[in-house]
Amino acid sequence: MSEWTRPRHLPEALEILAAAPGRYRVISGGTDLMVERHLAPERRPDAWLDISGLWELQGLQITEEGLRIGAATSLEAIRRHAEVAAHWPMLAASAAVTGAPPIQNRATLGGNLCNASPAADNAPVLLAYGARLEIVHHHGTRWLPYADFHQGYRKTALQAGELLGAVWIPYPPPRSRGYFRKVGTRAAQAIAKVSIAALIEAEREGMIQCARFGMASVAAVPCALPSVSQYLAGRAVRDIAEAPVRRGVRQDIAPVKDIRSTAAYRLEIASRLVLEAIDPRAARKKEDGV
Amino acid sequence: MPTTMRINGKVFQSHSAPTARLLDVLRNDCHLKGTKEGCGEGECGACAVLVNGKLVNSCLVPLGQMERAEITTVEGLPEDSALARAFVRCGATQCGICTPGMMLAATALLAEHAHPTLEEIRWGLSGNLCRCTGYGRIYAAIAQAAGGPADV
Repeated sequence: MSEWTRPRHLPEALEILAAAPGRYRVISGGTDLMVERHLAPERRPDAWLDISGLWELQGLQITEEGLRIGAATSLEAIRRHAEVAAHWPMLAASAAVTGAPPIQNRATLGGNLCNASPAADNAPVLLAYGARLEIVHHHGTRWLPYADFHQGYRKTALQAGELLGAVWIPYPPPRSRGYFRKVGTRAAQAIAKVSIAALIEAEREGMIQCARFGMASVAAVPCALPSVSQYLAGRAVRDIAEAPVRRGVRQDIAPVKDIRSTAAYRLEIASRLVLEAIDPRAARKKEDGV
Repeated sequence: MPTTMRINGKVFQSHSAPTARLLDVLRNDCHLKGTKEGCGEGECGACAVLVNGKLVNSCLVPLGQMERAEITTVEGLPEDSALARAFVRCGATQCGICTPGMMLAATALLAEHAHPTLEEIRWGLSGNLCRCTGYGRIYAAIAQAAGGPADV
């Protein structure tokens, strides 16, 4: 029978992890791990560390720089938070399309990142907003740009003995706009075929200063679109051509065929979504045949 | 160490492992068979119950997190209620597998929105699948239970 440890305080949890690095599987909301445990009993760990009782990992705080979200905060709490809806609407939106209410009531933001699915619903938004992670260890805390967290398929930058403590999200710059869309088979409870978030900055006289993207289900890890961002920086919206954007998307993503979709569908939809994110009106006109 | 919970208002101690699914504890330890297992992976809502007032899929909840929790299953809902009568009147049940989860999702929804819009009903029930009725009658029953028209 697996051992179950449920510490009450963060220092106690970190001490347990540091004393036996790699021994414990960390669990909080359980919405992914309980499925895996049930469907793949051979991967059952010897020992579970249940961090759902750690108050230090709970809740949202508004600071001068932005928002700090404890890693074990539920997606429901994030979705309902008035400041999140006001300043980071893409995060409220991604939390609201993660599963459905009974999932959001249990699932945590940190769990969604640490489970490290290439389809993680909240990953694109955090990439677009330029989130940073607070990673805690018995010996201290380090900060890591979220963009550096996913190091390979289901492989994260977390070292043995470390826990994801919190996610920090800066205020979006003034004159920026966001675009978020998840494409799945149905509105609720679907795993994304493709999802995208974009934060497009300061279009003074139609000029894009900076465009940051995050995408899921289009590569082994949730990823940014560096070539597309580079092409867009400093360019006027009217000078943006479709072909170089499509070329950039092709360079930046590596979609695969799986039970949910084909690689070709993912590439085409990813390209269309990026074009729509850059210029929502142009994309809509084209769809309407205007 | 046993886990002590309050299930449908009664104190219950389970000696199952902390890794046991709440679903199995309810069905096998408590003999509350109203909670159904559909998919066993959090997709269908047939096993939905309320934990401390919140709708959850009991197949995804480890017993180790349930110490001192207040749990409501379909057996804990009143036998006769506006919701139960509306389900009957509107034909909101066909094969019945999804019904307990639907009733609990509706209970959670109505606790928050006493007079929900159709959009709120659809959102509140979006984690529960029904393969018979096509949802329309279930939505109608909830609207009617909330005192609204049954023709949503």
